Parts: sequence; C-alpha cells; structure tokens
Amino acid sequence: MVLHKHVKSKILPKNRQHTDASKENQSLHSLAYSSRYATTDVPKTEIPQKPAGSTTAYQLIHDELDLDGTPAMNCASFVHTWMEPEADKLMMENISKNMSDQDEYPATMRIHGRCISMIGNMWNAENAIGTATTGSSEAIMLGGLALKKRWQARQKKAGKDTYHPNIIMGNNAQVALEKFARFFDVEARLIPVSDESHYALDIKKAVEACDENTIGIFVILGSTYTGHFEDVKGLSDLLDAYQEKTGIDIPIHVDAASGGFVAPFAFPNLVWDFKIPRVSSINTSGHKYGLCYAGIGWILWKSEEYLPKELIFELHYLGGTEYSYTINFSRPACFMIGQYYNFLRLGVEGFTNVANNDLINAREFAKGLEDSGYFDVVSDLHRPKGVFGWKEKSGISKAKEVVSKAGVIDYNPHLPVVSFKLTDEYKKNCPHVKQGAISTLIRTKGWIVPNYPLPPDADSIEILRVVVRESLSKDMLTLLLEDIVEATKRLANVENAVESFYLTSNIHVGIGKDAEIPSNNNTYSRPC
Amino acid sequence: MNYEKKREYYVTSVITYSHLYITINKAVAYRLIKDDLALDGNPALNLATFVTTYMEDEAEKLMAENLSKNFIDYEEYPQSAELCNRCVNMIARLFNAPMDNPCFESLGCSTVGSSEAIILATLAMKRKWQLSRKAKGLSTENPNIVMGANCQVAWHKAVRYLEIEGREVECTADLLYMDPQKAVDLVDENTIGVCAILGSTYTGHYEDVKAINTLLEEKCEENGWDVGIHVDAASGGFVAPFVVPELEWDFRLSRVVSINVSGHKYGLTYAGVGWAIWRSPEYLPKDLIFNINYLGSDQASFTVNFSKGAAHVIAQYYVLIRLGRRGFQKIMSNLTDTADHLAERLKATGHFEILSEGGGRGLPLVAFRLSTPHHYDEFDIARRLRQRGWIVPAYTMAHELEHMKLLRVVVREDFSRSRCELLARDVVSVLKTLDLLDEKSIEAHR
Repeated sequence: MVLHKHVKSKILPKNRQHTDASKENQSLHSLAYSSRYATTDVPKTEIPQKPAGSTTAYQLIHDELDLDGTPAMNCASFVHTWMEPEADKLMMENISKNMSDQDEYPATMRIHGRCISMIGNMWNAENAIGTATTGSSEAIMLGGLALKKRWQARQKKAGKDTYHPNIIMGNNAQVALEKFARFFDVEARLIPVSDESHYALDIKKAVEACDENTIGIFVILGSTYTGHFEDVKGLSDLLDAYQEKTGIDIPIHVDAASGGFVAPFAFPNLVWDFKIPRVSSINTSGHKYGLCYAGIGWILWKSEEYLPKELIFELHYLGGTEYSYTINFSRPACFMIGQYYNFLRLGVEGFTNVANNDLINAREFAKGLEDSGYFDVVSDLHRPKGVFGWKEKSGISKAKEVVSKAGVIDYNPHLPVVSFKLTDEYKKNCPHVKQGAISTLIRTKGWIVPNYPLPPDADSIEILRVVVRESLSKDMLTLLLEDIVEATKRLANVENAVESFYLTSNIHVGIGKDAEIPSNNNTYSRPC
Repeated sequence: MNYEKKREYYVTSVITYSHLYITINKAVAYRLIKDDLALDGNPALNLATFVTTYMEDEAEKLMAENLSKNFIDYEEYPQSAELCNRCVNMIARLFNAPMDNPCFESLGCSTVGSSEAIILATLAMKRKWQLSRKAKGLSTENPNIVMGANCQVAWHKAVRYLEIEGREVECTADLLYMDPQKAVDLVDENTIGVCAILGSTYTGHYEDVKAINTLLEEKCEENGWDVGIHVDAASGGFVAPFVVPELEWDFRLSRVVSINVSGHKYGLTYAGVGWAIWRSPEYLPKDLIFNINYLGSDQASFTVNFSKGAAHVIAQYYVLIRLGRRGFQKIMSNLTDTADHLAERLKATGHFEILSEGGGRGLPLVAFRLSTPHHYDEFDIARRLRQRGWIVPAYTMAHELEHMKLLRVVVREDFSRSRCELLARDVVSVLKTLDLLDEKSIEAHR
C-alpha cells in the first residue's frame, strides 16, 4: 500500500477551530448535517480534540466514501466485488471474530478445517496441510519460505553453503513472487517470456536456469498479463529428467491465485495440482475466482513433511495451545466464513457454472474483438487446445482437427481474461494513435480497462486487458465491446496528431505521451 | 418438498462435506452456517484478549457498506485510500513524529495487524543494516536483534522467518520485562536494532524506552554505530499518549526509528488493522519498495499483504474522529480506573500478588499470581473461572521465569465496573472452593 507521507498542518489552509459556531446554530447541533463539521474541515491530519456524535461521524464518512468507484464497470480487477445478501449478513454477524483466537472461536476454526479439506480435495491432495491467509501474497511468502527452509536443510545435511538460494519464475510473475524473493534474501531468476512461450513461463529455459542452489520454481496457473496457464505437467516432466541427470530434486510451487478456482471446475482434465508428485504447495486467492470479498487466500502443502517444523509456531495463546504458520496473526474471520458460505451454497455445480459462464462470455468477447478487425487477441482462451497466437485468430480452421468425439471444441485451459492489442495494420494506418488512448476514452464512459506493456521489456507489445468476473454479464460485455470499437474508430478518424496526443494524455497520473511507468529511481518498477 | 426430508438431505450432505456437489438454497446455506457458529464463544466474557470485540452500530454499518472494497485498488476506491492516508497522519502525529524538515517527513502504512507491521519494520532495519555493512565491505551474514524475552510471538516469527539472531534479555524476579542496561550490553556491530515493548503482553508494563535510548545513544557514539530502536506499541500506542502523555517513548526519543500499533487492540477497531510508522524515508530502504502499476494507477507498495478488505481501515478512521482525543482520554482513563479497582479487590482477598503496574503506568490490565504457595495453582483458578463462563488465561512467564505462573485480566472497553464486580466476586468464590478441597480432588479435576 502507499507509503503515506505527512502533510504538514502548516501548509494547509488554516482549519477553522473546533469551537461552537455562533449561538444561533447551537440548537442545530444534534442534526448530522448541521453539526460543526458542516462548517469546519473534516479532520485529516490530527486526531480532533473533541468527540463527535456517532451519527455525525458515520454520515461524514459515508458521504466521503460515496466518491469511491462502483465496481460494476471495473474490468481491471480480478478481485471479487459482489456476494449474496445472505453472505453479507453472515459476514457482518461475524465481523468481530478474530481468526487467531482459536480458543474463543472453536466453531470458526472447525469451519477453517473444513475449508482446507474441501480445497485439498478439489486439488486432489491425499494428505494436505494448509492454512487460510489474507491473500495470495501472504500465501506465496509462506510457500516460498517453506521451500527455502527445506532447501537449507538439504544443503546443511550435505555440508554445503546455504547463503545463496535462488528461485525461478517467469518475468510475468505478479509482484508478490518478487517481493518474496527480495524480502527473504533469495535471488529471483526471472525467465523472460516470449511469443513462443505464450507470454508465460518458458519451461525449457526455466530448467536451464536451475542449479543446486535453486529452492524451487514458481509456476503460475493463470498469468495476470494474459490469463495463460503455465505448463505445470510439462515442467514437472522436464524436472524429472533433470533430476535423473544431475540428482538435484527441484520442487514446484503453483501460484494458482486465479486459476486455483477455475481449473478444477472448467478444466477438470487438466493435470496441474497435487496429482503431480513434484508439486509441493499450491496457493490461491479466495477473493478472485473463489468469489469472496478481498481478504482471504489459501495455501496448502502436499503433506506435513513439506512444511518444515521449525516454521510452525506452537502458541500458548490465551489459555490453549495451537499450531500456526502464518505471517499475519490477528485478522478478520468473516472473509473465511464467506468462503465457506460459497462452498456450501454453490457446491461444485455452482462453481462450475460460474467458471464456465465467465469463460463463455470471455470467449464471445474475444471473438467480437477479432471480428471488429481492429484487434488481435493475445490471450488464447477462445482458441482450440494447442492452437496459440493471435496470428491464428480464433483458429477455427484448426478446430476441425481437435474437435473431440462429442463434437465440441476443446479450448485451451485458460482464465476468463482477454488481453488484446491493436492490429499491426491499424497501427500502420494510424501511427498517431497510442493504444492507451482507448483506455482513457472508455474511462469517460465508466469502464476501467488498463493498458500496459507485456513483459519482458517496457517497449514491447502493449495490451489492454479485460478480466471477466461473475459480475460482468454478457450484456455488459456487449456494451463494453461496442464502446471499445467506437473509441477505436474515433481515434482512427482523428487526423490531427496533436488532437490525438491530447486525447492520449493520462488523466490520472498526469503523464503525457505514452502510459509509461516512471523511470527507475532505484526502486523496483513493474506493472502488476 | 417435504421440509423434514429436505433438511435431512442437507444435513447428510454437510456431514460428507468433501462431496458437496449441488448448489443449495441460500437461506439454507446461511442458516446451516449460522447454527454452526452458534457454538463459538461469547466475546463479552473473554477477558483474555486485547482485541476489540465491541463497536458501535454506526461503525458496523459503515463496515457492512464497505465490506466489498479491496483496499489495494486505489484506482477504484480513492476515497478509502484517502481515509487511510488521514489515519497515518493522525497516528504519526500522535506519536510526535518529526515534521519540521520536509525532506525527512515521517511515513507509514496500514497493515493487517502488528505482526505484519513488525515484520516490515524488522525487514527495514535488516536491509538498512545490510546496505551500510556492504558499503563498508563488511559481512552481512549474522544480523541480530535485541529484545526482551517477554516479547510477543510476532517477534519470534520475524527473527525466524527473516533469519536474524534474536538476542533475548531474560526476565528476572525483579524485572518482568526488558532491562535497558542488559539490552544495550547485547548490542554489537551486527545488531540491526533494539526492540522495546510499550505494553508487555504478560504484565502490561511499559518498557523504559527513554533509558534504552540514552544508553544506546552512548554506546553508538563510542563505537561509531547507528543502531535504532523499534517500539512495539501494539497495545500501548493507543493508551500511553492519552493516559500518560508526559511519558517519553515515541519519536521524541532520538534513536526511535519506527513504531507499530494495533488498531484492533486499544485502537478500538475489530480484528484486522494495524499501523506501522517510520521516522523518515531514510529508515525505509528503497529497494524494499515496489513501484507498481496496479490496474491503471502507479503506486508504491511495501507490505506483506496486498489485496485485503478496506472496511477495517475505514472503521479505524471512524473511531478516531468519533472519539477524538477527549474520547480516547476518557475511555482509557476509565479502563485504567477499572483495572486499578480490580487490582485492589484481588489484593484484598489476601491470596494474590499484583504483578502489573497500576495508576496508568502500564496497560489497563491486571496480572496477578498467588502470593504464597497453595495446594492449587493459577491454572486451577482459571479452570474454575472458566466453568462460570469467564475466560481468564493462566500461563507461565517468559524465559527465565518459566516456573512463575500468573493470571491476566485484560480490561477492554466493554468490561464495565459492574462486570468487574461480578468477576471479583466469582474469584473470591472460586478461592473459597479451592481452599476447602484437598490436593487429591484438585488433581483429579486437572
């Protein structure tokens, strides 16, 4: 989150003091809108001296928050923003519960246990052990730390150095994976993605980067850039061969932040989870395709032996003994309860319906983009299995070769995410148009569709990305498609380059020209 | 459909929970889970936890309205981010963060709790130390941090996960928290920082940060080191400034580089919010900060967690403006008075020695133990109180006093004077019962 700097009180316009307004107004003090805050500034930098009425405080904040966005048109975020009223009710009833207080809330802890079992079963675990986390960031840190400790133990046993661990991942990795590496002093070996690797992890290059100091490989099931599933099985096979050759055993951690709740339901035949012996841990976000509000993630290890004992804390907390391996301690239990509600309410059937609907809608959308003639779709969700690359368009010609016996097209296992870019032809005809302008233009209608460059380099291909969530219905996607096409048409017809430049300027950050990331000022800089 | 039959079907489904295939009616799902959760404890009688268990209806309403917001999405929810900004400002000023030099302004962030804040602070100290060592061409393989044995588990986690040697100052019969001299004696060239606790979880004591500061300042001068103090004010941060504002423990002391506080303890917000504040940007090495473009907006990120709920941060802001300084002062003094009263009543039984500090010189809690050996111990008392519904934990003291047992009652906002009286009466009654029983019967009940 943003590191907030102070605002010096002195440079602000002098606050009118919190004294009573003139005598005439005293009788109005009991009404929320006529309280002193109607005429004085809302407290921003200092805790106010005097208390305010509860209604006043509520109303003030409520009104301020009205300026927050409404998530319905936010096609940028994977994070879920709508749950049923019953779920809301349940969560609010449990808002005061602290998940770390296992002694006080044993029923909540039982529910936690059930969730772990359910997720374990979903991922074909035999004997998994796991925990709820605040999100995938925490889960990845826990997973990575376990990998590091196991590697250290192995090195110590062999009398080798433990100061130079490294971990391998594609450079399409989400920031949490790199954070793990940097926070825990592990060298991050980022394998550049390429067109051939479908902008996801290049498994051959990944294995080439392995050595005896490699603690593991992060494989992403659902790349945030384009939605591709990285090839867990393929990598595992290559690592098996590597182990045969060198004797080095390298485990896999699957970052299934998004894919963990899509693959088991929409692509049940895909082999990526604990069925593969080399996979030692998997994380997922409950608040993405787990259909919960922000604040819940999960991590599971294949079995207890993959979780080094020295990481587990035996806590004598408030009278009982508990075992815990998390980074956060006190935290809300309500989001975890919301997850359980989803499991019970939807069941496998429900989750399958949601995932499939998302995919069907996303595929239609992708085809629509291609049919418009302006766009190439970089994601491969609407192409038959094995067919990749935007040059293939929707690969219908190849579809006949891969149609299964049932006569239905088997699509590429993929997230319901559509990443797309302007065609080379359009760019040739309209060189003055920057792709970011489309994002800015549709923002005026309320849509949030971000534009950013694919890895590896900042000056490579830029994509616009739409994440299809449960709350993005087919109707809305049709509207979005229309708006995108209209914006693109408008830009094409703008002859005057200056006008196009003007349209392009990034309103939010105030940067002109391209929607580029500020130059490196010695901090890490990466789209996310 | 026959209601009874439907119910039976669902009950069976739940028992074989790993095979839940079908979608069920939402009212049924809600009811099933609600009934399950009815077996959770009642927070009102839980005198063990510091974590807030009561908030006003308006606060809950506000949280309900904002439950769906993802805090990290500033593009979508800029006002929520703004409210967090204000909280950081308010809390940093509460801790007398330096504001005179614009190049060295204090900075901070919200976290899920003090654990995350502690890990971030430790990471910052470690990185700063590493960078300065590397610049001098010295080894960075053996960082250590000095803390009291009475520190909370988050410190043990931080040292273990970040691979730092934790140098603990043991507790003694005379001093149940960290001795400043002993702490500074443990500091050497590999020390990344000293951790002082404002509000020890065992006994509620405020460690003498000022003394540590003075001694540390001397030692650093002598040796040319730059070792900072991090104050773990998880509980004390929202009590001390209101009850004992003259106590110097925060950024007024020159060596204090960072402070953490839990919003969900005496910050009077539900579990899920904490704050970390640094004195200035030089204490937060840049390479730990990730500049990312998240969903269209550029932002800096330095936290362990990324996506998380915004409701709790909003609730913290509500509490701060709703109560204001006056409100906090009133509440914290009341809690202190209640704690003092309870301590008096317990002392009056003649059975107990009070270990915590009263009169506002420590947290509003009462830590006590049997003053003379009996044929029963503190754990037996706790068990009997439990039978009456009270959760009063008994535990053993930190290293080197593991033989010392004690009980602790945390006085929170919803622990009124009348409830305090009820507890005192029950304690007296429990003591009477235990006094009458012989050793054998007590053992049988264990």
